[in-house]
Amino acid sequence: MMGGQRSDPRPHFRVGHSVLTGCKVDDLIAEFLTETAESLEVVDSELVKFEANPNERKTLDNIFRLVHTIKGTCGFLGLGRLEAVAHAGETLLGRFRDGKLEVTPTAVTLVLHSIDRIKLILNGLEQTGNEPDGDDDDLISQLEAMAEGREVAIETVQPVQVPDRPINADIPEVVIAEVKPELERTLRPGEVSLDELEAAFLAAEAPDWMSDPEPEPVAEIKAEPKPEPKIEAPKIEAPVAAAPKAEPVEAPSGALAAALGDENGGIATTQSIRVSVDVLEGLMTLVSEMVLTRNQLLQISRNREDSAFATPLQRLSTLTGELQDSVMKTRMQPIGAAWKKLPRLVRDLSHELGKKIDLIMEGEGTELDRQVLELIRDPLTHMVRNSADHGLEPTEERIALGKPANGQVKLAAFHEGGYIVIRISDNGRGLNTARIREKIVEKGLATRAEVDGMNDQQIHRYIFAPGFSTAAKVTNLSGRGVGMDVVRTNIEQIGGQIDLNSIAGQGTTFTIKIPLTLAIVSALIVGAGGQKFAVPQTSVMELVRTGTNAEHKIEKINDALVLRLRDKLLPLVQLGPTLQLEAATEENATFVMVIQVGERRYGLVVNDVLDTEEIVVKPLASILRDVDIFSGATILGDGSVVLILDPNALSERAGNMLEEKVEESAEDAIAESAQGQKVAMLLFRAGGGAPKAVELEHITRLEHIEAEKIERMDGRAALQYRGKLMPILNVADAYGFKEQDIQPLLVFTGEGYAMALAVDEIVDVVEDFLNIELSPDRPGVRGTAVITGRACEILDVDHYLLRGLAEHARRQPAQDLITEAA
Amino acid sequence: MSIRDYVTLRVGGQLFGVDAARVHDVFHPRGLTPVPLSRTEIAGVLNLRGRIVTAVCARRRLGLSPRPADAPEPLAIGLEVHGDSYGLVIDSVDEVLKLDDEKFHAPPGNLPPRWAEIIVGVYQLEKELLIVLDPHTLLDAAHLKAA
Repeated sequence: MMGGQRSDPRPHFRVGHSVLTGCKVDDLIAEFLTETAESLEVVDSELVKFEANPNERKTLDNIFRLVHTIKGTCGFLGLGRLEAVAHAGETLLGRFRDGKLEVTPTAVTLVLHSIDRIKLILNGLEQTGNEPDGDDDDLISQLEAMAEGREVAIETVQPVQVPDRPINADIPEVVIAEVKPELERTLRPGEVSLDELEAAFLAAEAPDWMSDPEPEPVAEIKAEPKPEPKIEAPKIEAPVAAAPKAEPVEAPSGALAAALGDENGGIATTQSIRVSVDVLEGLMTLVSEMVLTRNQLLQISRNREDSAFATPLQRLSTLTGELQDSVMKTRMQPIGAAWKKLPRLVRDLSHELGKKIDLIMEGEGTELDRQVLELIRDPLTHMVRNSADHGLEPTEERIALGKPANGQVKLAAFHEGGYIVIRISDNGRGLNTARIREKIVEKGLATRAEVDGMNDQQIHRYIFAPGFSTAAKVTNLSGRGVGMDVVRTNIEQIGGQIDLNSIAGQGTTFTIKIPLTLAIVSALIVGAGGQKFAVPQTSVMELVRTGTNAEHKIEKINDALVLRLRDKLLPLVQLGPTLQLEAATEENATFVMVIQVGERRYGLVVNDVLDTEEIVVKPLASILRDVDIFSGATILGDGSVVLILDPNALSERAGNMLEEKVEESAEDAIAESAQGQKVAMLLFRAGGGAPKAVELEHITRLEHIEAEKIERMDGRAALQYRGKLMPILNVADAYGFKEQDIQPLLVFTGEGYAMALAVDEIVDVVEDFLNIELSPDRPGVRGTAVITGRACEILDVDHYLLRGLAEHARRQPAQDLITEAA
Repeated sequence: MSIRDYVTLRVGGQLFGVDAARVHDVFHPRGLTPVPLSRTEIAGVLNLRGRIVTAVCARRRLGLSPRPADAPEPLAIGLEVHGDSYGLVIDSVDEVLKLDDEKFHAPPGNLPPRWAEIIVGVYQLEKELLIVLDPHTLLDAAHLKAA
């Protein structure tokens, strides 16, 4: 019961337990709902596959079995309405299976509609605990008609070619009740259902930047005689007469089936048990606590020399890490789970729009955290719809242009360095650069002169800008336009990035990069105004040391602080004063963290950079949600609670001074990495395991020094190097330095400081393509790549640079440690 | 007739009661991390056996004078609202009382709005009045904003 619902001014006595707003759903029914929702998703995509390839016996068997199971369970639970629909559907499928009926798009559409009806009833069941009232005779009689009628027709009629026109146009006689596919769960407050989203999307004009000046296809479709929601049972003869016209389809989506092919019949053989998400979340929390406790123990033992605990503690530490990994894995789901609805969506769109569309999916097995998965499901669906609807030209136009008749929408997913990268590409007409340019000026997003100075890519990126979308005037969707800016916001909210690449006449590719999990992030622990805060490392591009002795100085323009960094002015936000913890003065500023949020780049001024730590993100209590500057809180190794800053909200709070836009942003790297260039790599060994590699350009110098020269203090190592003290880090923390002999070092230079990485042996310098294939299993590694035939771990230099800087900060904040860059 | 358990506590000298079934634990709020830019009622966040608990100052929530400097260390009662853990920081905890529903009264109509909203009712004890608080409205963000 919501606390806010009590509007009665006379408070009454309240009982200790709350009453659910809806009816309590019986456990059995709840289980049935989950299971069936999953089965139905499979049926959806299997059916589309089946339509494309009617001779695929295995697919049909699979569909038949799933529908049969649903029917059986319904009967058992006394759900009469569901059972009847499922039964009629099963009968029709049975006909297909016996070979007595040929598979036509009409028939498949009908089966799909009965699946939709089942979903609708299930939705009602979920909300009220009872089957909703309603009549399915219309649908059932159609299904029966199809099952019987076809049998007669089959021997007499010659197959005909499937026309290019929308299938619906061919079968106006078959009146089918419109049932919207429903979300499997109830909407949360403030959420918009996919249906509404799509309705708004359809209602909106095709964004004209997407297309040449003919948005008619959409308009035409809408004008077509749409089936009415409530209807009399149609004449049985009608579909029968219509059906023979179609034929065992040369499907409009041939490649679709091929793309789906490898998923065949996995269901029966999978060994798994169903565990409730609550249990997993509980496990996750426990393990997180365990990690924190372990960190505390490690900190205590570091301060003791004697310790008999050291070895077992080390073992406990490793085990805890492994346990954490395993539990994390239970939260991982293949991204294919978010794509399940897409074959159906594209198939329906293909029929509606009369376009031939192939949907190709690659890397469905790529796993990511289920929480992230939920959050990207809707944006992805929206984008695929966009590509199919507006990105691809109508079939005739494609043929006229000499392109393959079948348009292609391709989804690909793969891991890259702690992130999952998703590409959505089409081979359609590409963005209309000239029109976007006009629109930018028209909407006042940039001046004519500015626009003229931009390249195509920069122009294209404006489709992500708030207020750009043409859909901006639509609907009741909480007053927001359903455009790419919403998609971008959704993705950035979970720490992701989105970029696009479009070539006129060849198509558009969107690239999304999102973190694999939101539960655990690497963070920098910083100090400001006498308090500690955590900043997610993903948004920190670099750290700059400032102050009286440092090379970089903070300067003032009017009242705004800026930093001169490589000939550019970086606007600054002072953390302490922004949080009202201290007065704004330049004296407190020791470090500037360069932070990139979307296209904005700004510097966050802090007093101290204390440490880097893997933190377990916990949400703030709802009473604190209005403080948008914090995205959560976490417990550090010492048991204290620190708040996690949200770089996005910080930049907004800091206001309009952040006019500086990034010109050529780092995101370009995403687009480039696909083509690939040969890169000079240094191969080395360190800490056992696979050989490691790092791009040569990151390394300032290689050094071989005598091991005795390394100075150790308080568990940390450093070296007198060119008159300054340079911290030495290890690739793996647990691994020690050489006690004697020669210690090879890789020297890196950050912004005004140097650090070294101790390695066992420098192997070689080679040139090869850098194509990172596997995701990393620990921080400091970007992933695994094959270099000159060997699998190597690619070092994440930024990770070590940040750690190096943290070491500097921690050890001797007073002493200037800057080493001249080579 | 039914009997109900109340944890009784004092804030600024006044006796309050909270349904005992709602109270998870009683603890000393130590190691508080202040939350910048938050409402004045928020005392901070703290680590209670691995859980992050948001401490809310009852005196400030009720609009009472701040705790005197020489007062003994405050206590907090652990409550859960909308799945979040809160600690309501109070002056002291008295005893757990078993009270009869029949002695329960709706709050008088002349209470200041800040109080009227968070008070479920009043028990007339022999020596004084026991004001029954509703943890839900007490700690709900929406009500806090309105206050």
